[in-house]
Amino acid sequence: MDYPTELPLRAQEDVVSVRSVVRSSAVSIGLSLIDQTKVVTAASELGRNTVIHGGGGSVRIEVVQEVGRKGIRLTFEDKGPGIRDIEQALKDGYTTGNGLGLGLGGARRLCSEFTIDSTPGSGTRIMITQWTKKL
Amino acid sequence: MERIPILKLGPFLLVSIQVDMHDQMALALQEELTGRIVTDSARGVLIDISSLDIVDSFIGRMLSNIAGMARVLDAETVVVGMQPSVAITLVELGLSLPGIRTALNIDRGMALLNASRPVEE
Repeated sequence: MDYPTELPLRAQEDVVSVRSVVRSSAVSIGLSLIDQTKVVTAASELGRNTVIHGGGGSVRIEVVQEVGRKGIRLTFEDKGPGIRDIEQALKDGYTTGNGLGLGLGGARRLCSEFTIDSTPGSGTRIMITQWTKKL
Repeated sequence: MERIPILKLGPFLLVSIQVDMHDQMALALQEELTGRIVTDSARGVLIDISSLDIVDSFIGRMLSNIAGMARVLDAETVVVGMQPSVAITLVELGLSLPGIRTALNIDRGMALLNASRPVEE
């Protein structure tokens, strides 16, 4: 596969495709089974957020490299209503929908790096990276 | 839409989830299974998730909902076959699947259901 690649996140079925592409990318850079599972699970949570709360958007999938390690980087973007209070949104159990409120905080715990930018009224951008263990 | 087959096995219902479900499919399974507990007078539900590579918060909630609804309908639910990497990820995600009984494989799950069945006169 060529990187970066961008996939749409408009419907529930798109989340399934994203999970599958993220899995094969994670395998291709040599992430351990547990780290693969963690990044695919995080992608599932964030992809669902993009579809449901962001009103649809996209995810960009990249393979990144540093000395001695590789990583998979996912950037979720939507032009939805944005998040007013990011600290609160990251807390477990906080939900505006009818979910469990674990998606955002859970995704942060599952990945090596997590950054979030959100402006109320203009959208949300979340970037996560999962690195392989250093050689 | 693709459906997950529900098999009747004596007094129990057996579901083996073999595909990566999107959310609507998970909800459909939850509804169908609840209906089948009543129409088949099932005493237990065995859900095999050994083919699932991930369980995210949505699937976790579906499993909890099924177990809760089954309990109200006088049926036990046992989830079997969770992969170790899935278990580690679930706990880190913050899900502990409260109210769900689990077993390592189908044999042990079946033994658990049989043991919890009241002796029929």
